[in-house]
Amino acid sequence: MSVCTVIAGACEGSLACSTCHVIVMDMEYYTKLEDPSDEENDMLDLAFGLTETSRLGCQIIARPELDGIRLAIPAATRNFAVDGYVPKPH
Amino acid sequence: MTSLFPSITPVTSVYVAAALMMPHNLTEGTPEKFLFQFLPFPPYLNGIIIKMAIFGAKQVLWRSFTTVASHPLRVCIVGSGPAGFYTAEKILKRHQGSQVDIIDRLPTPYGLVRSGVAPDHPETKNVINQFSRVVQSGRCSFLGNIALGSSISLEELRELYHVVVLAYGAESDRVLGIPGEDLKGIHSAREFVWWYNGHPDGRNLDPDLKSTDTAVILGQGNVALDVARILLRRTSELAATDIASHALTALEQSSIRKVYLVGRRGPVQAACTAKELREVLGIKDLYIHIKEADLKTTPADEEEMKSSRIHKRIYELLSKAATAGPSQPSSGQRELHFVFFRQPDRFLESHDRKGYVSGVHLEKTALKGVGSGKQIAIGTGQFENLSCGIALKSIGYKSVPVDGLPFDNQKGVVPNVKGRVLSDNSGDPTSVENGLYVCGWLKRGPTGIIGTNLYCAEETVASVSEDVEQGVLGAATESNWPKPGREGLLRILEDRKVRVVPFSGWERIDKEEKRLGSLRNKPREKMTTWEELLKAASE
Repeated sequence: MSVCTVIAGACEGSLACSTCHVIVMDMEYYTKLEDPSDEENDMLDLAFGLTETSRLGCQIIARPELDGIRLAIPAATRNFAVDGYVPKPH
Repeated sequence: MTSLFPSITPVTSVYVAAALMMPHNLTEGTPEKFLFQFLPFPPYLNGIIIKMAIFGAKQVLWRSFTTVASHPLRVCIVGSGPAGFYTAEKILKRHQGSQVDIIDRLPTPYGLVRSGVAPDHPETKNVINQFSRVVQSGRCSFLGNIALGSSISLEELRELYHVVVLAYGAESDRVLGIPGEDLKGIHSAREFVWWYNGHPDGRNLDPDLKSTDTAVILGQGNVALDVARILLRRTSELAATDIASHALTALEQSSIRKVYLVGRRGPVQAACTAKELREVLGIKDLYIHIKEADLKTTPADEEEMKSSRIHKRIYELLSKAATAGPSQPSSGQRELHFVFFRQPDRFLESHDRKGYVSGVHLEKTALKGVGSGKQIAIGTGQFENLSCGIALKSIGYKSVPVDGLPFDNQKGVVPNVKGRVLSDNSGDPTSVENGLYVCGWLKRGPTGIIGTNLYCAEETVASVSEDVEQGVLGAATESNWPKPGREGLLRILEDRKVRVVPFSGWERIDKEEKRLGSLRNKPREKMTTWEELLKAASE
C-alpha cells in the first residue's frame, strides 16, 4: 500500500463533515465496500463533486480484499473555478 | 548576466584554487557531463567552468531566497472562524516564508464553531484541533480583542500588511420588513444561538420562555432546526453539554411545549439537511406533525428532486415522518409542527400585554416556476393566524460593511472575483483592490457548512498566490516592501491601549472553562461576559 497524501478530516472521523470525500476509481472495488449507512449518506449529500462511486474516506477500513483500490480526491467544486491554475511546486 | 559568475571575493578565490587543484572527471551521464560538448576548452578547463557556473547559479538562487526571507510575505486575516483558519493554513503551505496574523474582535477564536454549532453537536467542533495546530506551528499568530473599524482601520491594516484577507462572516440578520417586527418576544435566531452558546454579545438577550407554551420559528434551515431542538430537548440531556449555564437555567424553567417551523415553500424546498432533520425527527417522546396534503408534489418538484440528491432525501424523510407516529399527541407530550406554504404577513400584538407579540398573521402561498427549475412562493390572498408568545426569525444571516470596504447591500457581500475584492459593485473584474481579499460568508453569502470554507479558501489563496508571483502586490513603489506587519500592528494597538489577547490568552480561557466544566460534568463552562473573558486571558 502506498500512501502519499493526507486527506483532510475536519471532524476526525465522526461522520460530521465531508472533507474526506474520495471517489473510488474502479466499480469492482466500489461494490466490495459495505453500503454506506444513513449517516454517511447524509454527509455525502453535502460533498462537492459527488459521483456514483463516492464514499467518505474515514469509513473505508483497509483490509486485504481491498488491496489495489484506487481513490481519487475531487479536484475543485461546482461553485469555484480554479481553472487551469497549477500551484507552483515548492 | 554578470551575477551568474561569482564576483572575485576571498571565498571565491579559495573555491577557484580548490577547483584548480581537484581532479575534474565529471560523471558520465550527468547533465554536467552533457554540457561538456558545448565548451571548446580542454576537459580539465570545461570541468572548472561548468562547476563555477553551477556555483554561480546557486548563488543567484540563494540571493533570491534571502531576498524573500528578509521581506517575508506579511498577511493579516480578519476573522478566526473556519474561513480565516483554512485561509491561514493554505497560505502557510504555499508561501514558506510568510508570516500570518489572524485577528478577531472576540478574545476567543474559532468564530461560529464556538458560537454557532449547537451544544449537542460536539463532534462538529473537532475541527478546532486542526485550527489550533495552525497557530502552534509558530508561523501564525492569533490576536484577539481587536475590532476592525474601532481598534484599527482597514486602511491601516492595508498599510501594515502585504495581504489582507477579510473573513469576518455575517454578524447581522436579514429582516422580514413586515409590521410588528419590533414587538417584544421576537428575536433573530442568530441572537438566540449566541445566547445559548454563551457569546458575550448574546448574554443579555433574556428571552422570555415562561409566559407561553408556543414558539414559532420562521425558516426551516439547519439553524431553525437547531433552535427547535434546543427548545424541545430534555434539559437533562443538555445539562452535560457546553451550553451556557444561563440558557440551561432558562430552559429548565421554560413552559414552551409546542414549536412550529414555518416555511414559505414546500417540503421539497426545505433548506435543512438530512443529518439535522433525521436528528430532530428522532427525538424521543416528541410528537411530529406534518400535513399530508403538503406532501403533494408538482412536476417541477419532481424535477428538483431528480437533480438534487439532498432535496430528494429530505422529502423522503418528511414523507415518512408524516405518516409514521400517532395522529394525535399524547397528554403532556412536546410537539414539533412543520408548517409549509405559509409566509408571514405581519406580527400580531397582544391585547393583555401591550408591546408584546401574540402571534403571526400568515398568508397561504403557492409555488410558481421562475425558470431553470427554481420555484418561488407567491401569496394567494388567504390568511390565517398562528398564536405564539415567542417568535424566532431564522431567515438568513447578513454581513456588516466597514469603512473603506466596497459592499453590495443587496446581496450582503463584498463584491469580488475569486476572492479578489473589487472596487465597486459594477462587476467590472478589472478594477481590483490590490492586496485585499475575502473568504467565507463575507465572500459567498451566509450559506454552507464548515467544510464549504475549505474550497472557498482554496480559491482565495490561489488568487493571492497568483498576485504574489506576478508582483502585483505593491507593484507601484519599491517602498511597499517590506511591511511592518505584526510588530507595526502591535505598536499601534499599544499606543491605543487595546488589550490584545494572544493565543496563550485563549489557552488560559480554555483551561479555566474546562476546569469549571469538570465541576459540573460538562466539557466546559463557558465564560459569557467580556469582563470574565479578558480577566481570564490575562491571569
